Amino acid sequence: MKLELGVNREFCEPLLELKHVTKYYHGAAPALEDINFSVAEGEFISVIGPSGAGKSTLLRCINRMIEATSGEISFDGVLISKLKKRDLRKLRTRIGMIFQHYNLVDKLSVIENVLHGRLGYKSTLAGVMGRYSPEEKQQAMRIIDLLGLHDQVYKRCDQLSGGQKQRVGIARALIQDPKLILCDEPIASLDPNSAKIIMDHLRDVSAQMGITVIVNLHQVSAALKYSDRIIGVNQGKIVFDGSPSALTAEKIAEIYGSESNDLMVELGERYAI
Amino acid sequence: MQSDIFAKRKKDSLIFFSLLIVVTVGSVVITQYDVSKGFTSLLKAFIWGGSNFYPDGKSLTILPDVLRKLWDTILMSIAATTVATVFATLLALVGSRTTRMNRVFSLVARGIASLFRNIPLVAWAMVLMLAFSQSSITGYLALFLGSFGFLSRAFIETIDEVSNDSVEALSATGASYSHIIFQSVLPSSLPQMISWILFMIDTNIRDATLVGLLTGTGIGFSFDLYYKSFNFHAASLVVILIVITVILIEMVSNTIRRVIM
Repeated sequence: MKLELGVNREFCEPLLELKHVTKYYHGAAPALEDINFSVAEGEFISVIGPSGAGKSTLLRCINRMIEATSGEISFDGVLISKLKKRDLRKLRTRIGMIFQHYNLVDKLSVIENVLHGRLGYKSTLAGVMGRYSPEEKQQAMRIIDLLGLHDQVYKRCDQLSGGQKQRVGIARALIQDPKLILCDEPIASLDPNSAKIIMDHLRDVSAQMGITVIVNLHQVSAALKYSDRIIGVNQGKIVFDGSPSALTAEKIAEIYGSESNDLMVELGERYAI
Repeated sequence: MQSDIFAKRKKDSLIFFSLLIVVTVGSVVITQYDVSKGFTSLLKAFIWGGSNFYPDGKSLTILPDVLRKLWDTILMSIAATTVATVFATLLALVGSRTTRMNRVFSLVARGIASLFRNIPLVAWAMVLMLAFSQSSITGYLALFLGSFGFLSRAFIETIDEVSNDSVEALSATGASYSHIIFQSVLPSSLPQMISWILFMIDTNIRDATLVGLLTGTGIGFSFDLYYKSFNFHAASLVVILIVITVILIEMVSNTIRRVIM
């Protein structure tokens, strides 16, 4: 499976390509500096690195929730950096996003939050009124079932546990019918058990639906266990890009700098998980 | 280190209370307010009230008239609040950091909200009286403008604090500005906004009394009329009815709040 993907990467047009992407906030040091990588369809990629390394900024530059200062990003043959507002919205419908704090509308029910994933496809009036077609509702139900939220369909989201909320987040991304899902620290606020469920769902999304997944992770162990490929970021630069098996202790030390000692234990557990 | 923190807390509270005492004593001395006389007069006022300011049998004959005026006042307060809500919501969407279209408009909107909020209701009533003289439209507009300022400020803060995360999520799905407002911002803020609206209605009923006194309309005018003609029994009946109404409205709004929150 992995071998095939490696072959694909060389011969097919990449789904996503970043060239010389740089981002400066107000400070003097860049948040991202000359980021280059390309992603093949169906890949499961983890982005790891210490806090403040620029993982979130990197992810948000891809769907332009944050504007990169310079560089080119192309997705599915379209140059994202040049898109006008309207076309950008259209493009965003094909990129799902999942957040650390779930970012649901807590006062609304599970099904309503899931259907929010369809808004990008709607006219102004239909979206404002919240009118969804029967097909969309059926599809929402199917996805909710798939994620094991059947009993929570009409519950308000503020009554759900963290793990359930994150599954609603995944459902909202899936109903967009995306080619790519960006996950910003999806398990950082979850207990180990819920975290495993979420990561398993993300792997299924990638393996069974062929959706490309890029996940920012704090946990090296999860990155090792789930990804086809790991990208290590430190101080806004990519310092590692390769398969999990190539991620040695020295490489981890390079990615995490002084924080790395605590992580060695996790690396020892690589095959224990 | 720890003991330092405790010593610092002790010092802080000592400074705070000393300042409070200095300010209090200072203001009493400067204004030459006689504290003991103030309290004894208060007692006298209560005694006078107890012996004169109560409704008697005769004053009950004005009940239908007063109730009608009270009803007018309630309706006027509600109408002023609901119309103000519409305008305040629009201004708040422009003013809030989460939903603003650009920085300049937001600043202007916040400025307008602050300005309206900080002009006292009585000042509004007086100014409007120059234009509309003593009429119910003066009272209505004064309540409307006061509510508009207050609700705008309250709504801006509600929207700022409630809906940041889901706005990000919805714009990432490709939803448009109006989709985000109606599907995320308003549903998230609505319970708190309704809570402010209910608060505004019962504040307005109380304030309508004062405004009515100035503009010669509603229940405030009835009170003024009976009071100035030394009909204290009737005036006290008016006060009691206002108190009962405000308590009732407060009970209703508390129930609604419990249900929606």
